Amino acid sequence: MNGNYLLSVEDVVVDLPTPRGNLRAVDHVDLTVGAGRTLGIVGESGCGKTMLSRAVLQLLPKKAKLSGRVMFDGQDLLQLPPEKLRKLRGRSLAVVFQDPMTSLNPVLTIGTQLIETLQEHLELDDAAATRRSVELLAAVGIPAPEQRLAQYPHQLSGGMRQRVAIAIALSCEPKLLIADEPTTALDVTIQAQILDLLAREQRRRHMAMIIITHDLGVVAGRTDEVAVMYAGRVVERAPTPALFKKMRMPYTEALLAALPKLDAAPHTPLPAISGRPPDPTRPLKGCSFSPRCRYAVARCQDEKPALEAAETKAHQFACFHPIEAHADANA
Amino acid sequence: MTFFVARRLLYLLPVLIAVSLLTFSIASLLPGDLAYTILGDQATPENVAALRHDMGLDQPIWWRYLSWLGNVLQGDFGRSFRTGQTVLQAVAERLPVSIELMLLAQLGALGIGVPLAIICAARSGGPFDRFMTGTAFGMLSVPTFLSAILLIYFFAVELRWLPATGYVPFAEDPAANLRFMVLPALTLALAEWPSIMRVLRSDMIATLQEDYISLAKAKGLKTSRILFVHALKPSSLTLVTITGINIGRLIGGAVIVETIFALPGIGRLLIGAILTRDLIILQGVVLLVGAGFVIMNFIVDMLYAVLDPRIRHGHA
Repeated sequence: MNGNYLLSVEDVVVDLPTPRGNLRAVDHVDLTVGAGRTLGIVGESGCGKTMLSRAVLQLLPKKAKLSGRVMFDGQDLLQLPPEKLRKLRGRSLAVVFQDPMTSLNPVLTIGTQLIETLQEHLELDDAAATRRSVELLAAVGIPAPEQRLAQYPHQLSGGMRQRVAIAIALSCEPKLLIADEPTTALDVTIQAQILDLLAREQRRRHMAMIIITHDLGVVAGRTDEVAVMYAGRVVERAPTPALFKKMRMPYTEALLAALPKLDAAPHTPLPAISGRPPDPTRPLKGCSFSPRCRYAVARCQDEKPALEAAETKAHQFACFHPIEAHADANA
Repeated sequence: MTFFVARRLLYLLPVLIAVSLLTFSIASLLPGDLAYTILGDQATPENVAALRHDMGLDQPIWWRYLSWLGNVLQGDFGRSFRTGQTVLQAVAERLPVSIELMLLAQLGALGIGVPLAIICAARSGGPFDRFMTGTAFGMLSVPTFLSAILLIYFFAVELRWLPATGYVPFAEDPAANLRFMVLPALTLALAEWPSIMRVLRSDMIATLQEDYISLAKAKGLKTSRILFVHALKPSSLTLVTITGINIGRLIGGAVIVETIFALPGIGRLLIGAILTRDLIILQGVVLLVGAGFVIMNFIVDMLYAVLDPRIRHGHA
């Protein structure tokens, strides 16, 4: 791949040893994010999207084995000495975790947790760091920011804590922000606010962002590109408008069908995807989705489809029987 | 916070009353008549009866308890019928020795246990961790009298670096005092560091799995800051508990160590009182030591609140 991308994940594999055998959490994934662009990674629980983000951040569990290349800003994060990696993390590569109830340290004040990040990477004295912290808290929509500095996380609501986590992530003006299910642990009414906040700050600061979610609705209006993951692999990847206009992979279609619709009649049952994802310690020979796919034929069970581009180079999918083909057959 | 402290102080009251009741019954329910003990086998029944009356032993037990408690509340714990010394005098004489021993022992135990625990937790599963966990387990099963004798053998008999037994008050000669204190304090520290190390290590390992530690790493903080600022404080509640218990226990004197090293501390006072059936001293010292233990636990409860703001604000 070329150097035009801020982040390029190349052939990344993450293996986790478990008592039941090797678990391949991420299976040969390639992804790219350009500077200032937004990528959505979508998939159900256990599809490897979180492990992929941890691989980029170099925050995998100790036992995990990682191979491939993660090029960020011209450097391979996997080859980077620990001290250089540390200077990068929090400075140009920031993260917001899923659960704000557990991602802030309960025994340190909000102020300490913000200021330590600022002072670690930027040369700010206490007064300047405090001033900047107040500005950041105000920017993420926290009322009475001066008073918040002396408060502990448990004195704030979940939504407020996630705003604090976002303020920490934004504090050093990172080039890339990874938001790992940033709204899953929050009330529905708060979710949209947090997503809008992230989108606004992303545009304002001109940073790139990866949003990881199980909710296609989250990525719909807020990303430039979407990658759908299933059983550790990227199964469809396309610019967001193209994906929603014409999705090719049956799994993507099933995910979208599982979203509740506002215009549906009350008490309409949601079409769920039947079955479960395959056991990641026992990889299938063919397409991982084939046991649950309503279009699957014999070939799907025997052969793994590769992620390939179709009509446009930007739209890739891994399927022998992409949706359009069925539409044609039925017509 | 004031409410929190007041409530905890209120809890202390019934505990202290229970301690005094138990202490009193130990002394009163022991077989043998105190008057006979004092007067000896040859005493005439008249003399015994007279002494029993003087000491109030002919009164019903609840009356004796209440009058003893009344005296205690006025600061009168009684006096030894052997030496004529009051309980408070005897304790005041011995307490500095036991407290100094306790402090040095804790300093040693924490000084060994805490850094080892942090290193082990930071590299859990590694060779150093496995070696230290094994060593701690082994040390845990070494009785105090054995390590005391081994330390005396190496440092006093073979190397002749330190005196084996004896004591000089700190005020008289601080350097000599410390030389006498090193081996007994080290003996106690060797007995205590393994539990400190094991408890803190496992709490730290659990804390290091927390999301907020991942976030601290993702923020690019230095490892030392992650370990000492982000992980140590939330991991130290159990550590504070066992240190509090150790301190409370050692305020009551380290009987074995004080005996082996001939230190005139509370432990020796208690042993002496038991051996000579000096029940007044025994009763008074046990009450004071029990109260000290209870108050130490109160301080530990307060420390929880200092360590964890959620307890301070009544969330947990």
